[in-house]
Amino acid sequence: MTDSTDPLYQEIQGPSPRQMLKLRAFGHKGLLFGMGVVGLLVLIAILAPVLAPHDPYAQSLMNRMVPPVFMGGTWEHPLGTDHLGRDYLSRLIYGARVSLLIGAVAALISGVIGTAMGVAAGYFGGKVDAVVTFLINVRLAMPVVLVALAVVAILGGSLTVVVCVLGLLLWDRFAVVMRASTLQVSRRDYVAAAQVIGASTPRILLTEIMPNIFNNLIVVITLEMAHAILLEAALSFLGLGVQPPTPSWGLMVSEGKNMMLFEPWLVLIPGAVLFVLVLAINLMGDGLRDVTAPEGRS
Amino acid sequence: MTDTLLSVKNLTLNIPTGSGTLKAVRGIDFDLKRGETLSIVGESGSGKSLTSLAVMGLLGKSIKRQADEMRFDDIDLQKANRRVMRDLRGNRIAMIFQEPMTSLNPAYTIGDQLTETLLLHRKVSKAAARARAVELLEKVGITAAESRLSQYPHQLSGGLRQRVMIALALMCEPDLLIADEPTTALDVTIQAQILRLLVDLTREMNMAMILITHDLGVVARVADKVAVMYAGELVETGPASEVFAAPSHPYTRGLLRCIPQPGKTERGAPLGTIPGIVPSLIGDVSGCVFRTRCAHARPECREAIPLRGDASHEFKCVHPDGALSEEGEVA
Amino acid sequence: MLPFILKRLGLALLVALTVSFISFSLLFLSGDPAAALAGETASGEDVEAIRRLYGFDRPMLVQYGEWLFSAVQGDFGESYYFKLPVASLIAERLQVTMLLGVCGILFALLTAVPLGVAAAIRPNSLIDRVALFLSVAGQAMPSFWFGLILIVVFAIQLGWLPPSGAATWRHFIMPTIVLGYYAMPAIMRLTRAGMLDVLNSDFIRTARAKGAGEGRVLFKHALRNAIIPVVSLAAVQMGFMLGGSIVVESVFALHGAGFLAWESIARNDLPTVQALILVFSMFYIVFTFLADVLNAWLDPRMRSS
Repeated sequence: MTDSTDPLYQEIQGPSPRQMLKLRAFGHKGLLFGMGVVGLLVLIAILAPVLAPHDPYAQSLMNRMVPPVFMGGTWEHPLGTDHLGRDYLSRLIYGARVSLLIGAVAALISGVIGTAMGVAAGYFGGKVDAVVTFLINVRLAMPVVLVALAVVAILGGSLTVVVCVLGLLLWDRFAVVMRASTLQVSRRDYVAAAQVIGASTPRILLTEIMPNIFNNLIVVITLEMAHAILLEAALSFLGLGVQPPTPSWGLMVSEGKNMMLFEPWLVLIPGAVLFVLVLAINLMGDGLRDVTAPEGRS
Repeated sequence: MTDTLLSVKNLTLNIPTGSGTLKAVRGIDFDLKRGETLSIVGESGSGKSLTSLAVMGLLGKSIKRQADEMRFDDIDLQKANRRVMRDLRGNRIAMIFQEPMTSLNPAYTIGDQLTETLLLHRKVSKAAARARAVELLEKVGITAAESRLSQYPHQLSGGLRQRVMIALALMCEPDLLIADEPTTALDVTIQAQILRLLVDLTREMNMAMILITHDLGVVARVADKVAVMYAGELVETGPASEVFAAPSHPYTRGLLRCIPQPGKTERGAPLGTIPGIVPSLIGDVSGCVFRTRCAHARPECREAIPLRGDASHEFKCVHPDGALSEEGEVA
Repeated sequence: MLPFILKRLGLALLVALTVSFISFSLLFLSGDPAAALAGETASGEDVEAIRRLYGFDRPMLVQYGEWLFSAVQGDFGESYYFKLPVASLIAERLQVTMLLGVCGILFALLTAVPLGVAAAIRPNSLIDRVALFLSVAGQAMPSFWFGLILIVVFAIQLGWLPPSGAATWRHFIMPTIVLGYYAMPAIMRLTRAGMLDVLNSDFIRTARAKGAGEGRVLFKHALRNAIIPVVSLAAVQMGFMLGGSIVVESVFALHGAGFLAWESIARNDLPTVQALILVFSMFYIVFTFLADVLNAWLDPRMRSS
């Protein structure tokens, strides 16, 4: 006997997985905030020549350390000028380019290295795994800041050198996470099924493994991007990263440091922008993890 | 000292969820005398375990508990504060869980965990607590009990761990033992041993027991009373012998047909199954909850269902005698 | 447990050997170490003289073997800039860095573990949100900037603490906070996740069913299990922190090993830089080794196997 009007028969219609993902993404404040801020800063970086009110390199010894408008300055230089009279807002806007470029390229380089190592270790296991695990151990034992500083000092500081050094140093988390994810995925039945029907190894890696570890990869990419941006700023702050007069936020903090006693805003403003960018990228990464793997945080 | 040890009247458990209130347990009554064994039977998700946790006061914070009465001996469990409940738990009411593999703390020795219960509730020396632990380990059939005290849970097999869990529950000689599917996770040969042990111990110590299980074969052998639960309600309660001799609710009969009976079930004949799935308990739940799977369902099943039978053997069904023909029930 | 320790020790030695080779080969990254050392204005003869003086004219592996042989005996050569034995230079500066590292990790543990536990007890409560905010903000905070802000507020504006130097314990307060705050988010997250996991486990229900009070359930039964992975993480973080002390020490002008590293890098003092990279790596290797052993000892399942 079936009675379609009986309330007990009514199945609860849940949203589809795709709808759930959308619902969770739009309900996730951290993810929305992170994506919004990162999107805005990317836009600013791209449109820097249009948005910047002044040439970021133009010095004016007559207008040195003009305070920002909220500290009694004028709208001519909304965020004031630095010790060489360069417009602070323009340097900040161009600085976004440096940070985002370094973050993205370094994450890309280390992502390729780390993913290749991690996937190989997780899929092949045995000796390959032992070697990769050993290399991860070696890498983790090396003090990143120190090695990066030393290499930059020896090779000379430039954007390219900094990007390459960071890219070659930051692959450890990719390798660790991708190794674990691959290990997990390759134990599933569909991988065994693909092996049974005789699919080639590259084919299995590309069509069975990669799509299933992609979510984790995206999360690590964002987190490592934030890491690279912070490290670049630290290297530049220590004077061994991007070299002047390139507008890097870390360098701006370093240059403002000497005037900190009288003009603390010279340090506060670029540091705050750096903080907001890294915060936004991290929130985006955490958000993506929550949304794609809801069991992560209860 | 009253004769009735535990009395529960009209117990209701509600769990708020994202899509509405889940009415997990609705209007359950049962009572238990000293030394008596009550078996609560039902399939997964019927609310058996929640009911036992409600008695222990160990429900999660989000679950709302309501009842007309919940009384243990002369203690009103609804009014009992945390202190009183703590003094009861492990001391006068003890519990054994389904998963022996994970129910013991991996970081402490068997001895630490056994003596902890006694030291919490009694003013005894550590040496006396250890002596008691050894005594009980021997009683539950563990050899070389003395040396087990310094072992860690991971060094014991599942059957041994469940024996340890039983010894742990008995440390303070409780009046009531709640065993939540104590044999489900064990090998079949071990299952019978553990069950035998529980029955012997309750008789020897004159302990009341609530045995929660989905295995009717277990119930037939050990229980004085049976309560059959389906989707959060008791559909039939009564003395075990009567319920087995004359099952009155279609669900009880369905459950009984799912187990083979020596001499009765023909070789090669299919065992019974109950078609369908348990309905969702979110939203409006009224009438007979079994009607979506029942071969005898009528339109009246959506109305309030009368309680039938006599005071000792009750069931909820629109069909007055319950003794309908079994035609059409076998799926 | 002994086979485990021996195996782990073997791995640690192999990692140390590899790191030593990498830090030694940094010298050759510039192409010609003699030319780099002599400076841009040096003549060809000067460079040749330096090459012979430091033995750069021999095969690299021979040089590495010699360097390692003396390094194991505690001889890292002479600093190009300070003209002192590198080993004694580092030993002297290491005291400040070690003190800072210990204070930093203690600060991190003492803030992160209680916060993580409190957050796990009441998920999504106010304290959980505060803890989450602190950890997210902590991960995004550039440590040099955080240090400068502390100096502006507590040294310049309020005048409570000295802005730089290492003369008294008050000099160490701000560096400790900056360095410790760096390790805090990870420790807090792991404590929270571990506690949440453990609190949902069956044996916690058993402990409650025994009649144990909430305090006993949380600290004796739950934290004891949740803290095991935190111990390893703290050791790893301690290793990272010593390596990261270079930034903090330069902000607060603390003349420790990190500051020495910065000075010697800026002055192309390669023997000192090599030795420092090796020393910091060794700290990490020793810490993680000890953590793994401690971990195995804390976890009965590993102790007896």
